[in-house]
Amino acid sequence: MIEIEGITKRYDATTVVDDVSMVIEPRTIAVIVGTSGSGKTTLLRMINRLVEPTAGVIRLDGADNRSLPGYELRRSIGYTIQGHGLFPHRTVAQNIATVPVLLGWDAARTKRRVDELMTLYQLDPQAFGPRYPHELSGGQQQRVGVARALAAEPNVLLMDEPFGALDPIIRNKAQEDLRAIQKRFGTTIILVTHDMEEAVRMGDKIAVMDAGKLVQYARPAEILAKPASAFVETLVGASEKPFRLLSLGRVRDAVETGTAEGEAIPADVSQRDALAELLWSGRPALPVTGADGKPLGRVTVDGLVKRAARPA
Amino acid sequence: MKEAGVKAWLPSLLRLALVVLLIAFVTNPGWFEPLLKPLTESNAPAIYNQGSLLTLTLLHLRTVLIATVAATIVAVALAILVTRPAGVEFLPLSRSLVNIGQTFPPVAVLALAVPAVGFGEKPTLIALFLYGLLPIFENALTGLTTMPANVVEAARGAGMTGWQRLVKVELPLSAPIILGGIRLSVVISLATATIGSTVAARTLGEVIIAGLLSNNLAFVLQGGLIVAALAVLIYDGLSAIERYTARRMGQETA
Repeated sequence: MIEIEGITKRYDATTVVDDVSMVIEPRTIAVIVGTSGSGKTTLLRMINRLVEPTAGVIRLDGADNRSLPGYELRRSIGYTIQGHGLFPHRTVAQNIATVPVLLGWDAARTKRRVDELMTLYQLDPQAFGPRYPHELSGGQQQRVGVARALAAEPNVLLMDEPFGALDPIIRNKAQEDLRAIQKRFGTTIILVTHDMEEAVRMGDKIAVMDAGKLVQYARPAEILAKPASAFVETLVGASEKPFRLLSLGRVRDAVETGTAEGEAIPADVSQRDALAELLWSGRPALPVTGADGKPLGRVTVDGLVKRAARPA
Repeated sequence: MKEAGVKAWLPSLLRLALVVLLIAFVTNPGWFEPLLKPLTESNAPAIYNQGSLLTLTLLHLRTVLIATVAATIVAVALAILVTRPAGVEFLPLSRSLVNIGQTFPPVAVLALAVPAVGFGEKPTLIALFLYGLLPIFENALTGLTTMPANVVEAARGAGMTGWQRLVKVELPLSAPIILGGIRLSVVISLATATIGSTVAARTLGEVIIAGLLSNNLAFVLQGGLIVAALAVLIYDGLSAIERYTARRMGQETA
């Protein structure tokens, strides 16, 4: 659990982060979203003390984050940044092993962990381990960056615009991978982005920041349904709201009894994608099948449209 | 096809030929006597005869090596110091000190150093050391202050201490630029070392000065050519190391 209490950062006369308090539950993803200059990155960097706060306290699992020297604290927290920041003079394997080496793990344990992470990220350790970062594609570099951040098995992972430099197709894949790995390791993730779409897709909770202040901190559905201010409303995008709401739910939860003609849609697709498929194919209903291929029922345009309406 | 192959190999072949020629000349200068004989007048010796060319070449190289190593250590240490948060205020001061070292003519340094440390190699080392500081210092400064920001940020975020960042990230990343400075400094020193012989340092300058005193063009030429060949070869060698380190990091050659 991460408790942020009355955190303020001032540079001379300008207040970059203004009295922010929030609690991030363990094993969840909290997304901090805001425009550039909203203080979201500064807030993130105060958690691992790359920036020292002017006032306030941050506690990680109850312990003040100032109880350790900064560099020791940072070894226990994963950190990825936009552009990945891979060390260009070190191989992929050496990059991933950075924190384990700093912590003094023995060579065998480090190698086991590096191989495990590379395999997890679909990078063959034999083929990619000895390569240098500039020999990888953008998507591969991003995966190495996350693998490096996770190498020492941190409980907390801080991510600053981790998908910013990726093209849309790779970004989708990277977001799914991150979700899967977060579930697998139970890592608490705090992710900073300026993209509301990404926030809604990734976040268990979303923190909206504007001019250094925390404007709203709530579940995605609530942010969409009850934006706390005109600023949040703009950020959400009025015309996008119903679709963002639908993208939160899976088809599984919108299944109705009955049958329909045509090709079936899997139950774990988002409701937004199902609606798009219905509209595009011009049909009123689609059959739904579960992971085992068995029919579960059907999903209808009417049903989905009702779900896209503002929640009461 | 064949032509492209020859073109690619030509520089390496030329270098190899130069190395062979240089070694042959300093070990067996007698072989080249017929070539240099036409440059002498009234039956003067065509090959330097007051000492071994090989010994002088090695002493010349030793002087340059000692001065460059010392200049590298001091210049890089100074650059590291003024790029740490604690040393930033010394940046203007160290810049001016190093600049004075460069603007002071080596001859003047020799003249001033001789009364203090006596004749021989020492005043030459001092002059070369001062003269060699600037290129290394400026390049090290450039290298250390133009780190890719996100790489430095990642190093901090991974929990490296200041010292670990310096040794594991900053110095390796600026190595190609620092090497570039060392290369410039070495080449300047190779040429400048010859004037050391005016204060009795044993360098190839001896040959040139002897030639000038006795009006023997052959002496001047052979001293000058050996220094030039050394400079070209060392310049090439260091450039190759620079390119190798830069390529490994995926940087374009500087």
